[in-house]
Amino acid sequence: MKKVYVNEEWCLACHLCEYYCAAANSGAENMIKAFANGKKPISAIQVEESDSINFAVQCRHCPVPLCVKSCITGALSVKDGVVSCDESRCVGCYTCVLACPYGCIVTSEQSKVIRKCDLCTKNNNGDPVCVKGCPNRAIVFEER
Amino acid sequence: MLEKEGQVRIPAGCAISGFISRDGNRICGDKIVKSISYMHDRSNGLGGGFAGYGIYPEYKEQYAFHIFYDSNESRVETERFLDRHFDVVNLSRIPTRKHPNITHEPLIWRYFVTPLPTKLAESQLDEREFAAQCVININDRIKGSYVFSSGKNMGVFKAVGYPEDVGEFYRLEEYAGYAWTAHGRYPTNTPGWWGGAHPFALLDYTIVHNGEISSYDANRRYIEMFGYKCNLLTDTEVITYIIDYLNRKLNIGLEDIAKIIAAPFWSEIESGRYSNEEREKLKYFRNVFSSLLITGPFSIILGFEGGLMALNDRLKLRSMVAAEKDDMVYLASEECAIRAICPELDRIWSPRGGEPVIVKLNEKK
Amino acid sequence: MALNYFQPLFDVIRDKDRCIKCRACERQCANEVHHYDAELDKMISNSQTCVDCQRCVCICPTSALKITDNPNKFRNNSNWSQRVMTEVYKQAETGGVLLCAMGNPKEYPVYWDKILLNASQVTNPPIDPLREPMETRVFLGKKPRSVTFKEDGSIDTKITPTLELSTPIMFSAMSYGSISRNAHESLARAAAELGIYYNTGEGGLHKDFYKYGPNTIVQVASGRFGVFKDYLETGAAIEIKMGQGAKPGIGGHLPGAKILEDVSKTRMIPMGTDAISPAPHHDIYSIEDLRQLVFSLKEATEYKKPIIVKIAAVHNVAAIASGIARSGADIIAIDGYRGGTGAAPTRIRDNVGIPIELALASVDQRLRDEGIRNEVSVVVAGSVRSSSDVVKAIALGADACYIGTAALLALGCHLCRSCQTGKCNWGIATQRPDLVKRLNPNIGYHRLVNLVHAWDHEIKEMIGGMGINSIEALRGNRLMLRGIGLNEKELEILGIRHAGQ
Repeated sequence: MKKVYVNEEWCLACHLCEYYCAAANSGAENMIKAFANGKKPISAIQVEESDSINFAVQCRHCPVPLCVKSCITGALSVKDGVVSCDESRCVGCYTCVLACPYGCIVTSEQSKVIRKCDLCTKNNNGDPVCVKGCPNRAIVFEER
Repeated sequence: MLEKEGQVRIPAGCAISGFISRDGNRICGDKIVKSISYMHDRSNGLGGGFAGYGIYPEYKEQYAFHIFYDSNESRVETERFLDRHFDVVNLSRIPTRKHPNITHEPLIWRYFVTPLPTKLAESQLDEREFAAQCVININDRIKGSYVFSSGKNMGVFKAVGYPEDVGEFYRLEEYAGYAWTAHGRYPTNTPGWWGGAHPFALLDYTIVHNGEISSYDANRRYIEMFGYKCNLLTDTEVITYIIDYLNRKLNIGLEDIAKIIAAPFWSEIESGRYSNEEREKLKYFRNVFSSLLITGPFSIILGFEGGLMALNDRLKLRSMVAAEKDDMVYLASEECAIRAICPELDRIWSPRGGEPVIVKLNEKK
Repeated sequence: MALNYFQPLFDVIRDKDRCIKCRACERQCANEVHHYDAELDKMISNSQTCVDCQRCVCICPTSALKITDNPNKFRNNSNWSQRVMTEVYKQAETGGVLLCAMGNPKEYPVYWDKILLNASQVTNPPIDPLREPMETRVFLGKKPRSVTFKEDGSIDTKITPTLELSTPIMFSAMSYGSISRNAHESLARAAAELGIYYNTGEGGLHKDFYKYGPNTIVQVASGRFGVFKDYLETGAAIEIKMGQGAKPGIGGHLPGAKILEDVSKTRMIPMGTDAISPAPHHDIYSIEDLRQLVFSLKEATEYKKPIIVKIAAVHNVAAIASGIARSGADIIAIDGYRGGTGAAPTRIRDNVGIPIELALASVDQRLRDEGIRNEVSVVVAGSVRSSSDVVKAIALGADACYIGTAALLALGCHLCRSCQTGKCNWGIATQRPDLVKRLNPNIGYHRLVNLVHAWDHEIKEMIGGMGINSIEALRGNRLMLRGIGLNEKELEILGIRHAGQ
C-alpha cells in the first residue's frame, strides 16, 4: 500500500506541508479562504524541528493501529489500510492521543474532536497534498 | 548586378549520366551526348558538360590542360606561367563548331604538358602534387584564366547551355574514350560563366553532381586547410577536393572514402551488423574525418583514371540508377538516360544511400 | 546608521489579502528579510537586505509576494547613473574593492542575438528529426594528421585520447566550495546519465563522486587544490585553467568561512583557511611553460587522458589559441566575458575580456588559416543561454559548448548575483548545511537532464531544418549564419554575411 514517508535529509522545515494539509482538509475552496479572517485550520502533519534535523510527522497508518484499538466510540477505523476518523462519532476523549506511539494524532483549541491524516482520501485532491506541496521532495507517497 | 560563381553560392539541381566499358573499348562521345539529352528537363540551359577518359591516347604521358581565357592578355600571362613550369608538348585551340544556342564563348585552349624536371625537383613535390598546385595557382592568381581540365589522357568539355548543345559545340563525336560522364545544370541563378559549368576537375578526378549539400561551408573551410582554394563556391568543387585529398594525398581507397563522406548513421554502425574491426574503423572515420561528412542531397559520379564511382548521400535524397550490359556499366539520374543508349540491359538497380558503385577497368589480359 | 546614502535596491511587496502568515518566506530567507511580528500579527519585510533571489516568491503558497526594483530614483543623469553613484557611496563607506558574482550584466551587445540561422527551401529538403536519424554525437580531441596503414593495408584506428559526447554540451567548471556538494552531485549524475561531462572546477573532487569519474573533467588551476594522482587518474580529461571569462587576469579567493570539513578535505587545505588561487600559475609564465605542464600531466596519466587548456577570451585570444594548439593540448576551452563566477571584482568582471562569439570566430579562423584546426577541439563558454546559441556557436566553428549559468538556472538559481555572500537561498552557492539541503540532487539532476534533452531536441530541429542530419556537418558551417544589425567589421570578424545577402 502506498503511504506517506518523510526523508529528513531533505526536510527544510518550511512547514508548507502543514498549511497545505490544513487548507485542503478545511473544506475551504482555497488556501487564502481557509485562513481568512484569522481562521486557523489544523494540519494532520506536523513538522518537528531541532537544530540540524527536521522531520514532518503524520500518521503511519500502522497495520495494527493502537489508536483504533483504544477508541472508545468506534470513531477510528481502518478501511483499505487507511486509518481514519469519523468526526461525527469522536467525543474528544483523547485516548487515541495517548495510545499513538508516534504522536500523530492532533488536537486543537478550535475543535473538540481530534484530527488525523487520512491520506487525503476525504478531499478531492488525489495524492496527499503534503506530498504535492513539498518544495524539496522530502515527503513522498510510495509503496515500500 | 548578378554575381557569378565564386562571388556567391548558387544552389542548383541537375542531371548526371555516365558509363564505362570495363574492357576499355573506346566509345564515341556522341553516345554520352544522346544519353544526357534525354534528361533535358532536368537542366535549364545554364550549364552542361562532359568528361571523357582515354580520349588522348597519343598524349597519354602528358597532362592535358583545358583552359578558358577571358582575354588574350590572360592567355599570354598563363602561357608564360606554363612555360616556366612545364615543357609544353603541344598547344592549340580546342576545336568547336558554331552553335546558335552557345554564345559568349571565352577563348578555349588546350595544352599537353610535362613538368620541367628542374622545377619539379626544386619543389620537392611529387609530380601530381606539382601539377595540382600549378592548376590551383593559375585559377587562384591569374585573372581571367581558368584551368577546367588537368588530367592525363582525359578531358573535360563544358559550357553555358543545354548539355546536348554543348556536346555539339565541342564536336564530341570526334572523340572516343573508355568512360564518359555528363552533366546538365539547373542553377537557381543566372551566372552565365563557363567555368561554373560541370564537370569539375582536378588532375584526373572529375565530378558530376546533382544536389545541394548542406554541409558545404563546413567541408569547404576544412579542406581549405590543406592548400585547396574553393574559388567557385560550388558543391562539385569541394567534393572533388575532398576526394583528391583523401584518395591522392592520404591514400584512402574509394570504398573507404564513401564511408567517410556518406558515413553510415551511428544507429547502423552500432547495430551489430559490422565486425568489431569494421565498427572501429567506421567510428574512427566519423571521429577523424567528421568535417568531411557530406550531408544534404547529392548524387555524384566520380571519374578517375581507370574507373568511375557513383555515390548517393546517406539518406538517398537524389535519384540515381545503375545498370549493366556485358562489359558496360551505366549510371544516371534517370533510367531513361540509360535506356536511350542501351535499351536491353542485363541488370538495373537503384544503389542505396551511401552505398558506392565502383567500376574499374579490367586488368589487361 | 544615521544616514543612508543609498536606498535598498528592491522593494518587497506583500499582498496582505493573500498572505496567510504561514511564515514560509521567513524560514526560507537566509538574508532575514521577512519576519513575523506576533504583537502586530503581521509579516514585516526589511527590503534592505533583500537580494532578489526570488526564493520567497517561489515558495509562497498563496503568491502573496513580489520583489520589484525600488522605485526610489536619484535625479536622472545619463552619465552618473544610479548604479554608478551607488557604487561610489558603497566604496566611500567601506573603502573596499566592489565584489559581485555571476556574469557581466551590462548592456554590451549580445552577438548571438544578432545572428540568424538558415533553413532549407525547395532546392534541398529540410529533414524531420522525428522521421530520419539526426545525430548530435561529437568527439573532442586531437585528430591525426594523416592516416596510418597497418602492414595488411588496413587502417590503424588507434588515435589520441578522445572525449565522446552524446550532444555537444558540457557543464562548465564550478568548484566544490564555490558551489555546494548537492549542486556538484546533481551535475555529476546528470552528466553520467546524459553521456556528457561535468567539470570539477579547481576545488578537487569529493571522494563520494569518484564513481562519476568517466563523466568528469578534473581541473588543475593555479591553486592546485585537491590535485593528486588519484584525482588526475579518475577524470576522463584534465583541464588546465589558465583563466576565466568573468575575471581574466585574476585568481580566485574562497573565504575561510566556506572551507568546512568536507571542502577542506577535498581541497587538501586546513579548515577555515582562505583558499587563494594566484592570478598566474607560478610555473607558467609563458607558452613553453604551459607545454611543460601539459606534458607533465600527460606523463602522470600515461597519455590516456586528453588535456584541455581553458583561457579567458582576451584581445589576442587567436594568437594565444594558436600557441596552445601547438603546446600539445588536445582541447582549448575559451570563456567569454559574460561567463559566470562565484565572486569577482566588479570592475574586472564588467570591463575585461571580449565576447565569446567574436573570440570563437577569430580563433577558429586563425587555427584554420594556420592549418592546425585539427590539432585541437574548441569548446566555448561564457553565456551560452539556449540551444540556438549552441547551434550558432557550432556553426561559427566550436566543437562543443560549456554551460554553467544555464545549468545553475536549471537547479533554481535566479541570478541574484550574490554568490559571494555564501547565503544562497537555493542551496547552490553556499556551504551552510541548512541551505545546502534545499537543493535535493534527486530533483536537481533530473532538471539538468531535462534541460539538456530539451536543448538536444531543439538542436536536432534546427539542424534538420537546414537539411543537415549530423552535427559535424554544422561545425564551422558559417554559410548557415547571417548577421542582423552588424557592421562590416563585425561581419568580417564573425566571417558571416549580412541577412539578405
